[in-house]
Amino acid sequence: MSNPVLAEKAVVIDGVAKVFNEGGDSEVAALSGIDLTVEAGEFISLIGPSGCGKSTLLRLVGDLLAPTTGEVMVFGKSAHEARLDQDYGMVFQHPGLFDWRRVLANIELPLELRGWSKDERSARSAEMLGLVRLEDFGGHYPRQLSGGMQQRVSIARALSFQPKLLLMDEPFGALDEMTREHMQLELLRIWRETQTTVVFVTHSVPESAFLSNRVVVLSPRPGRIHSVVDVDLGDRSDDTRQDPAFFEKATEIREALRAVEGNG
Amino acid sequence: MIFWRLRGRASVLGPPIAVGVAGLLLWEAVVKGFGIREFLLPRPTSILEEVVDNWPVLRHAIWETGWIAVSGLLIGIMAGVALAFLTTRFRTLEEGLTPLAVVVNATPIVALAPIFNAWFGITGTLSNQSVVIAVVFFPVFINTSRGLTAVHPDEIELMHSYAASNWTIFREVRVPNALPFFANSLRLVAPLSVIAAIVAEYFGGPQDRIGNVITSNVAFVRYDVAWAAIGVASALGLGLFAIALLVERASMPWRSAMAEGEFTTTPGRE
Repeated sequence: MSNPVLAEKAVVIDGVAKVFNEGGDSEVAALSGIDLTVEAGEFISLIGPSGCGKSTLLRLVGDLLAPTTGEVMVFGKSAHEARLDQDYGMVFQHPGLFDWRRVLANIELPLELRGWSKDERSARSAEMLGLVRLEDFGGHYPRQLSGGMQQRVSIARALSFQPKLLLMDEPFGALDEMTREHMQLELLRIWRETQTTVVFVTHSVPESAFLSNRVVVLSPRPGRIHSVVDVDLGDRSDDTRQDPAFFEKATEIREALRAVEGNG
Repeated sequence: MIFWRLRGRASVLGPPIAVGVAGLLLWEAVVKGFGIREFLLPRPTSILEEVVDNWPVLRHAIWETGWIAVSGLLIGIMAGVALAFLTTRFRTLEEGLTPLAVVVNATPIVALAPIFNAWFGITGTLSNQSVVIAVVFFPVFINTSRGLTAVHPDEIELMHSYAASNWTIFREVRVPNALPFFANSLRLVAPLSVIAAIVAEYFGGPQDRIGNVITSNVAFVRYDVAWAAIGVASALGLGLFAIALLVERASMPWRSAMAEGEFTTTPGRE
């Protein structure tokens, strides 16, 4: 049932609202009137104060939640079909690695579930380990690695089956500043090498400006799209962080955030 | 590799063995030094002598009581795990059964031993085995259930993102997640099974089991033999505890790899 016109779009969110506990005493309108299109190959960030529904929006794209009204299409299919086809990889703030699997076996988990043969799995997991530069740690258990290394394994796992879409929910939120900046560069390198589309949830202004092609600023209660900031900084490097154009974009995003927080 | 392992094990076992030996020496010295009469508290060496002298009787008693404890232990564990699996899979079953299990646990189970004797007869092993099963079942059930359900929500969402079925999530996430919890309950119930078996034996039954050896020798003021029987009973409990630890280590290689000599009793993950 894939739609050829929409197939070039990675994600199309059309008139989506999400209400939790609808009709109950604790009814919460999490999202309202969301329209957003993500082009294939784009890196897009969702930013906003807590309670703006940015994580909820990400879960709607991943079909981990169903919208109350409206429609979410992923590569021309419904989000539900896209999930069943495993069209996307997911990375959370919590690395979510399984203690009982060694690093390689963690990366191979989605491949196992797809019924890949042992040889295919080993070849791919070794390749992924190289991509996140952890070649020497394949035989370790997750708890023997640092938080940053665990998160890299989690990214390798999400990319192992080469999804065209990567959904990331504050993946670097628990990392220290140095590791975080390093991981941002690694992510951009991986993004360029794999040509994946990324939807990235963050609460950090510099992070969103540094990583994204576009930054979507959400306002809270109920979550709405306040504005979309285009960020054109070319190829990023550590020098980009000192670039006046980078500061300018960060300021623009920050001002948009102030405006929505003022309303909240 | 093996050398390092042995060294690691020695450093774990060293302190408790040293404390144990010191304790026995102190016991010996106190009984001797203060002239405590042996029928009140015999010296460890006298107990050991009685163990040797009464070995044929004690060996048979270990065998009888050991069978009751171990068979009851295994059945209780299987029942606890099976019910934990069922209640995790079917939530309505959980709502109905968990309160019932709590009520059963709140009942002092050894107090049921005379009733079980009346139900199942005192000549066979079934009555005492039932006491052991009832004692073992609950800690295994509660701990395993907790381990099966205490899974980080992100991990469930992750599995959903792979379009994994509930059965796959159960097999790949819930069961391994429950292992440390299960192992913890195993450490608890392994020695408990011996205690339950012996207390149940106090309420009658064949005279060739550890509990009856203790009560009958006390009745004939042969405290030293009673102490010898207590000694072998605690050895039996320790042996089962050691087996529980070995099972724990063998089933969770990732835990020993993580600990690197550090000893942790906290189950599960934060």
